[in-house]
Amino acid sequence: MSALRRVPDGDPPYLYPAYRSTVLRAPSRPLVMLPDRIADTTGPAFGDDRPDAGDADLTGQHAGEPLGQRIVVSGRLLDGDGRPIRSALVEIWQANAAGRYVHRVDQHPAPLDPNFTGAGRCLTDDDGRYRFVTIRPGAYPWQNHPNAWRPAHIHFSVFGRAFTDRLVTQMYFPGDPLFADDPIFQSVRDPAARERLVSALDWETTTPEWALGYRFDIVVGSRSATPMED
Amino acid sequence: MPEPTPSQTVGPFFEFGLLDRQQNLLAGDGVAGAVTIAGLVLDGEQQPVPDAMVEVWQADAAGQHPPGFGWGRAGTAPDGEYVLHTVKPGPTAGGAPHLSLLVFARGLLKPVLTRMYFPDESAANAADPVLASLSDDERSTLVATPSPSGLRFDIRLQGDRETVFFVV
Repeated sequence: MSALRRVPDGDPPYLYPAYRSTVLRAPSRPLVMLPDRIADTTGPAFGDDRPDAGDADLTGQHAGEPLGQRIVVSGRLLDGDGRPIRSALVEIWQANAAGRYVHRVDQHPAPLDPNFTGAGRCLTDDDGRYRFVTIRPGAYPWQNHPNAWRPAHIHFSVFGRAFTDRLVTQMYFPGDPLFADDPIFQSVRDPAARERLVSALDWETTTPEWALGYRFDIVVGSRSATPMED
Repeated sequence: MPEPTPSQTVGPFFEFGLLDRQQNLLAGDGVAGAVTIAGLVLDGEQQPVPDAMVEVWQADAAGQHPPGFGWGRAGTAPDGEYVLHTVKPGPTAGGAPHLSLLVFARGLLKPVLTRMYFPDESAANAADPVLASLSDDERSTLVATPSPSGLRFDIRLQGDRETVFFVV
């Protein structure tokens, strides 16, 4: 019997035509299953390439403070059994408070902020915890369909125990009225799984007179098998 | 038990977040067995994908996974090409030398996983259980071809010669 059990992960399909860019980029042939004994069970370790402490404070990377609402975004990185993943690289990137990315292709006519780049990285601690200080990103328009707007989000890239546990996702903010019309958010078809992309206002990390806290726990990878009884 | 966090696309604007430092140099030219691997990422109309990211995970020349070696990433250039500088991995248990590759892009709601095998390993490739399970046409999408600069490995997301992708 396999040592690991795949669980339905709530991932979106490759092809989701409402998100137009999937139409020419989604694989059209069935995926091939690798035998369990051959699948990658190893993955990279980043303990030697430790990000600077300042890399986790996106409000402190320039001469002045960025415009926008300061927030603390934190959470735990866990495996499928609920165990913390230590020393894992967490990378984030986001738009500024006006909904503009520092990227040559972003043509949204909203101002860039000379005090905000919008990229951060850190390693998880022994409890799998990560923590960033940033500003709340703005919503922004895109060309997917007429009057299309992305709900405010922060992009996350994380590493699990195995290379194939790799996860790139987006963290949203609770109660955003743009959820219903966003095909990227809606590409996750299971409503319960969609909710796992939404952060929660967190009083524990909300800092009086300073910043609201949002909590976003991330779970990657397979679950250990429980013995099956016939 | 906690439920897995779903995947979302990397989107079009990840370069400043994920590619702001050089991470495609697993081994320099001076290293024995160094090889440069380059290829295009192509969409269903065989057009280059200029906003993709390819990540690699591989064993070292001895077939081992020593700490600090084996992972890298490269973005595609405006012409759709990615470049990795690495070494050919040694044989690993039960398989021919190969790289595991994940491709991320706008329009991919989750990454695609493939494998690149080496053209000068005919015997090992013939005995590889993953390659052996595929048709000749499918197998050919996973074997790199020699090029003047090293090896060429194009990744076709869709179409007649679509690359074989594996369940992640």
